Amino acid sequence: MFSYYLRLAYLSIRRNPILSALMVAAIALGIGASMTTITVNYLMSANPIPHKSQQLFYVQVDSWDPNEPAEEPNEPPDQLTWTDATNLMAAQKAPRQAAMASSAAVVEPPDQDAKPFNAGIRLTFSDFFSMFDTPFLYGGPWDAQQDANKEQVVILSRETNDKVFGGENPVGRSLRIAGRQFTVVGVLADWQPVPRFYDVTTGAFHETEELFMPFLLKQALQLPNGGNTSCWKTPEEDSFEGFLRSECVNYQMWVELPDTQTKQDYLTFLTHYVNEQKALGRFPRPLNNRLSDVMQWMENQQVVADDAKVMLWLSLMFLTVCLLNTIGLLLAKFSGKSSEIGLRRAIGASRTALFYQHLVETACIGLAGGIAGLLLALLGLMGISSLYGEFADNLTSLDLNMVVFALLLSLVCSILAGLYPTWRACNIAPASQLKSQ
Amino acid sequence: MQAFSCLEIGPIFRALSRNKVSALLIALQIAVTLCIVVNAVHILLERRAQMARDSGIDEANSFYISSTGFAADFNQQVTIQTDLDAIRALPGVKDAMQINAIPISGGGWSMGLQTQPGTEFDGVGTAVYMVDEHVLQTLDLELIAGQPFQDTDIRWRQGTQRDWPAQTIVTKALAENLFPDAQYQDVVGKTVYINDDEPILIQGIVDKLQAPWVGWNRVENAMLSPEKTLFSTSTYIIRTEPGRLDELMPKVEQLLADSNKGRVVRGMRSMNETRERSYRRDQAMIKVLSTVMITLTLVTALGIVGLASFSVNRRRKQIGTRRALGASQGSILRYFMLENFIISSVGVLLGALLSLGLNVVLVESLGLTRLHWYLLPIGMLALCLVGLLAVLGPAKRAAAISPAMATRTV
Repeated sequence: MFSYYLRLAYLSIRRNPILSALMVAAIALGIGASMTTITVNYLMSANPIPHKSQQLFYVQVDSWDPNEPAEEPNEPPDQLTWTDATNLMAAQKAPRQAAMASSAAVVEPPDQDAKPFNAGIRLTFSDFFSMFDTPFLYGGPWDAQQDANKEQVVILSRETNDKVFGGENPVGRSLRIAGRQFTVVGVLADWQPVPRFYDVTTGAFHETEELFMPFLLKQALQLPNGGNTSCWKTPEEDSFEGFLRSECVNYQMWVELPDTQTKQDYLTFLTHYVNEQKALGRFPRPLNNRLSDVMQWMENQQVVADDAKVMLWLSLMFLTVCLLNTIGLLLAKFSGKSSEIGLRRAIGASRTALFYQHLVETACIGLAGGIAGLLLALLGLMGISSLYGEFADNLTSLDLNMVVFALLLSLVCSILAGLYPTWRACNIAPASQLKSQ
Repeated sequence: MQAFSCLEIGPIFRALSRNKVSALLIALQIAVTLCIVVNAVHILLERRAQMARDSGIDEANSFYISSTGFAADFNQQVTIQTDLDAIRALPGVKDAMQINAIPISGGGWSMGLQTQPGTEFDGVGTAVYMVDEHVLQTLDLELIAGQPFQDTDIRWRQGTQRDWPAQTIVTKALAENLFPDAQYQDVVGKTVYINDDEPILIQGIVDKLQAPWVGWNRVENAMLSPEKTLFSTSTYIIRTEPGRLDELMPKVEQLLADSNKGRVVRGMRSMNETRERSYRRDQAMIKVLSTVMITLTLVTALGIVGLASFSVNRRRKQIGTRRALGASQGSILRYFMLENFIISSVGVLLGALLSLGLNVVLVESLGLTRLHWYLLPIGMLALCLVGLLAVLGPAKRAAAISPAMATRTV
């Protein structure tokens, strides 16, 4: 029966090629526009580390100005001071923890002909790599002892390794960075979480850094501040050490807490820590500690751009217009077929049979529209990618989920659009249409 | 004409009420289309206005480049002085200086200035540009009151130094923000406080200079601080004679790279490119919205054409009969146009309400501004016109139906 309906649908589509093409086009445009924006929003709000996003927590303590919050209404600062980052790390109260900072330094490749270049650095602790499951191409992370000893060890991104060592295994080799000799301990394989959740303070969709090295080297080598530095109080002395001891925030910290008990314990520890610091005359504001898991933190930092949301809403309305259009065209098409429907009814087809027949026809149109819509969405994403350039590099690829979703969406939409016209077509009394013939 | 229309409205309404759903579908399409178009145009105009703001500097003829020293014997202070002397001596360079942050580039330094000392007072946020006595010429600023910096005013700032030079030049906007009740000329000579209680004398006012952050609501607030910096990276901004930018950019890069091998020269970019990058999202949004609007209007118009053609086809016999009974081609045409106009009117009225509704949602959830009132009537009129244009084709075909059609059976 189904194949018979398919054949009827084919005949009917061929009989009205222009109307049918208009319908396919309308559905395709609607699906194309909404799939483009849905994809961008989907990738922006994607979970960058799904298997453990609920066990990773961003740490905030309120070390800010007594007279005003870091951000209204009563948000603690989005980063930590050096004092708090190093104290919390020294306490080791979570199963895994990593404070971090961004910086930059000049790299001098061993090859005399290669030009020195400036590279972005993520300063962090050894737990960073196990917490975030970073894939390694060569070698592996440094260890906690090397953190404590401020050893000059470095992990390179794959690209940096290609550039400096021609992609060969560099583990154990030495590299001059910031005027010092470093030992390469590892090379990361391609690793680009989207969003780059571990530090979103200067934008959520940046590339991962070129170099990773122990956090405490910041102090030892006096590495410059990257990212945002905010101060509510002027540092008390003119020196690098003075700046590190100040109330300026420039550091992020993540902890891994596998269950609610460890999370509770860590919150208790934070309360205890802040009270201790209050006794030393710091933390003039009321207690306001936060632990946010990955997705809560992305929400708090408003990682999905407002423009993307506006586009999403507009494109869904666009889809609505396209569907209204399709309903109108289907009404026109089916009422043009009223004599055929009357005839089929008169020779014994049931209403249910006719209903199915027309539903198959709309579904065919919907599917055709969906496929064409997917192609349009690909075009749309290419357009977005060329308009936004590097800002949208990681945000414009269609994955299998999205393809299936698009086809389902177009099927559901076209069937919904077809319900009323089909119902009306099937309600034709058999005799009325035969008379005028 | 008037009389005819009145006579025709009755039959049109009766015909419409027989085909309520089709008419309603078109009206709804027009309503949602209007809603999208009006709100999209609103966003688009807002972005345009933002992008049209002047940064205050000579963007067409300016570029910047950074240098980071790494060699053990690298002397920052000597390098900066040598670099600046060499760049300024290049033919075609109008002027150049070191600066800590680039206007409208997205990255920079901000401080709070307050008119009374003390931690309990709020400061007015401002961008800080650390500049030397070449600032007016290099950034193309006009000193509209007070005194410019002299070379003796300029000090060297160490990497972690906290205190500030004793004088500053501020933008007119910042002067007016600090002292809302005074004329900007009278702000010269006043003392403001930085770091809660460190006094700074305002010695001059410049016309206009934007902060590095184009999305900041205080983007017109900037202060000039007379100092050169000894940070690990130093950035030079260079203004060329009109039209010589492309020729000088590679020359300056080469000059810096050759003059000192103990550093990395990087990040060279023209101000035009900087503007393009800073406003790229707005530019993209404008293009996306324009595409959406045009396609959507087309879809709606095609829908109207489709439905109108269909209704003309279905009424061929009636039209033939009317023609046979003496109706002119014009009156058939008028019939369809009027029918469409009635549907469109209902659609745009509904659409006006929807537009206001969507705007309220956008204002509340995403912080957009209120719709300009004049966009609604313009949008309504435009969509009615689109409707009439779309129906013109089918209506003409209807008018061309021969009266003889009345005698045929189908």
